[in-house]
Amino acid sequence: MSVKRDSFSLSFAVGAYGTAFGAASVTAHFSLLQSCLLSLLTFSGASQFAVIGVVGAGGSAISAIATASLLGTRNALYGVRMAPILKVRGFRRVVAAQVTIDESTAISTAQKEPRDQITGFWHTGFGVFIFWNIFTLLGALGAKTIGNPSAWGLDAAVPAAFIGLVWPRLIDTRTRLIAAAAVALSLALVPFTPAGVPIITTALLAIIVGWRA
Amino acid sequence: MSIQWIAVIGTSVLAFALKYVGHSVPPKWLAHPRITRINALIPIVLLTALVAINSVTVKTKIVIDHRMAGLAVAITALYFKLPFPVIVLGAAVGSAIAYHFGH
Repeated sequence: MSVKRDSFSLSFAVGAYGTAFGAASVTAHFSLLQSCLLSLLTFSGASQFAVIGVVGAGGSAISAIATASLLGTRNALYGVRMAPILKVRGFRRVVAAQVTIDESTAISTAQKEPRDQITGFWHTGFGVFIFWNIFTLLGALGAKTIGNPSAWGLDAAVPAAFIGLVWPRLIDTRTRLIAAAAVALSLALVPFTPAGVPIITTALLAIIVGWRA
Repeated sequence: MSIQWIAVIGTSVLAFALKYVGHSVPPKWLAHPRITRINALIPIVLLTALVAINSVTVKTKIVIDHRMAGLAVAITALYFKLPFPVIVLGAAVGSAIAYHFGH
């Protein structure tokens, strides 16, 4: 069945990025256990990179949690879309919620048949979960064995991962202008605010622009 | 408890809560157009700010260093629509080369 094949290839491809997360997380002074727990428990790529990005840049735990959680709000909206398709309760709903991410929702909502929508969600959700966690461990172990992260370019891998995540979203002039404003605002705040604050403050831009239309 | 532990636990708890809320509240609560619009913009501003801060700052100072070479490689790779692992690896290689030239 093609939905299972699609789920598997997407799961493997996305899961492999876990290597970049594991390596970046160790570089940002998170332990092996902390890096693996982020992938097991938070299990949302952008939020995980945000936590290590904010803490790695010297930000407080509060800024890290706030930034990561704002990036996680889209998963709540995915849940709204998935609930009527999956129709699960109790423990199954807990499991469904944990694997509600960009990829499982995307594969599911791309299917026509309700049965394929359900299959696509579970296969992609579990598939990404398994590969993402395996590759996180491998990346973290790899980064642990090398010495100075800067000598291996790992300090540039973090912003590269972020730009890779945001690039496909910069689809028109409006979003590019908003992105440019976010760069300007965050860098302007750097000398005057504690680390981490410049990042979370850009959420105001999203609220102001999104509020008005 | 270290900053890292607080961040790991706090983020994990809230990440799951957000996912679970989506599956459990009446859809109309979260389907408001204003919420959908703001929600679509949030990743754009936060991820872009994370690019900027992680590329050119150290603590609370602007610092231009070898990471710029990595960022330039990443942008070039994105322009040519290369896949994500190539972008991240390319950036690491570019940055590492610049680092060794500078030291």
